[in-house]
Amino acid sequence: MIELFTPFSEEILCALKPFDKVLITGKMYIARDQAHKRMFEVGIPIDIKNQCIYYCGPSEPKKGQIIGSAGPTSSYRMDKYTPYLLDKGLKAMIGKGKRSNFVIDSIVKNKCIYFGAIGGLGARLSKCIKKQSIIAYDDLGTEALREIYVEKFPAIVIINCIGNSIYESKVTNE
Amino acid sequence: MIRTIKSDDIINEISRACIECACNLDKKAYSIYKKCIDVETNENAKYVLSELIYNADIASNENIPLCQDTGMVICFAEIGINVHLEEPLQSSIDKGVRKGFADGYLRKSIVNDPFNRINTQDNTPSAIYTDIVDGSELKINLMLKGFGSENMGFVKMFNPSEDVNVIINYLSDKIISNAVNACPPIFVGIGIGGTMEMAALLSKKVLFRPIDQNNKDSFYSAMEQKIKDNINNSNVGPSGYGGKTTVISVAIEKYPTHIAGLPVAVTIQCHALRHKEIVI
Repeated sequence: MIELFTPFSEEILCALKPFDKVLITGKMYIARDQAHKRMFEVGIPIDIKNQCIYYCGPSEPKKGQIIGSAGPTSSYRMDKYTPYLLDKGLKAMIGKGKRSNFVIDSIVKNKCIYFGAIGGLGARLSKCIKKQSIIAYDDLGTEALREIYVEKFPAIVIINCIGNSIYESKVTNE
Repeated sequence: MIRTIKSDDIINEISRACIECACNLDKKAYSIYKKCIDVETNENAKYVLSELIYNADIASNENIPLCQDTGMVICFAEIGINVHLEEPLQSSIDKGVRKGFADGYLRKSIVNDPFNRINTQDNTPSAIYTDIVDGSELKINLMLKGFGSENMGFVKMFNPSEDVNVIINYLSDKIISNAVNACPPIFVGIGIGGTMEMAALLSKKVLFRPIDQNNKDSFYSAMEQKIKDNINNSNVGPSGYGGKTTVISVAIEKYPTHIAGLPVAVTIQCHALRHKEIVI
């Protein structure tokens, strides 16, 4: 396990390889389908430079909980908006599953990274989220744009900054 | 003799089932994942499977959802001919869903219109299919269906002259390619025959068949096994990180069909298998 802290330094990010397991600590944002659509159509309400977005739509917190269950959602639905955000300075994404080729191209161009969290791990991953607040799009409910603070959030490198992906390099998995 | 089933009884049962399902992984699935940890030789697969067990333990101990996507509620209801309902079934079930999703702090994931996309705020309406059967009971098979896996389902209208091996390969290849985005290890339901919508319904309904049971017809059970082997030889693995455990079960249900048709539909269920049978 490699420990990482946000905001990520480009040097450390670029040393990562597909299948590297990491534990992330620090501030990041939560956004999914509708929040991406709004950022793309209306403008980004945060300084996105060097930030990390976690694709997630948490369930509601019970009394005493910081956040409800909060596992990753499928990333490909955000592909349409991703090159725009990466060009604006977004550095890292956490989600699950495959990405389109044009997203991989944009990741390489902007020296970014795409991490995977294990899908369906909502209860377990919620324990890594120590703070959360809604930053924008409150009306979207679970799809609102949130700022979170995570401690030792487990993820795996799916696509690294030179575009190598676990889905293409399965046979050379070392 | 006519038997009246109170709306409140349906509401309470549905509400309880929603919360119970959301927070508790199917027991058989749980023990299968545990066994698979020892069977797997791939370290990533072992890691993912143990995380699934850890997650299921946290969810059931703290009574919080296993997965934040607590799904759209799907109900297959069998209404006995002697049953009298106090109000339309959709109304009672939706009241139960509303209560369960509020009381259990489950995620409200339903939007009012496919394009307008305003959240209905109570996870209704649910998707309900009814059969009128003999007897005086109301039986409801309920599932919480997440859409990461639902989006990976498909329907294909084959030519009736198509070779069964071509169909097996087509389905295997497409399921392998879709599995990564469907949160593997997955459960596959396949409906064959009937009409287009019937094949789709069968593919969902067959997911209620016990995991360890095969189709009674040896032709179809062989087909199930072949598709299962193809998928598990793909090295997709848990979470798509490699390994042997990509699919836990493949279940086929068939129905008579038209001379000109061979409809086939596939439903993919993610590893968070959440369903329950209610009998009132």
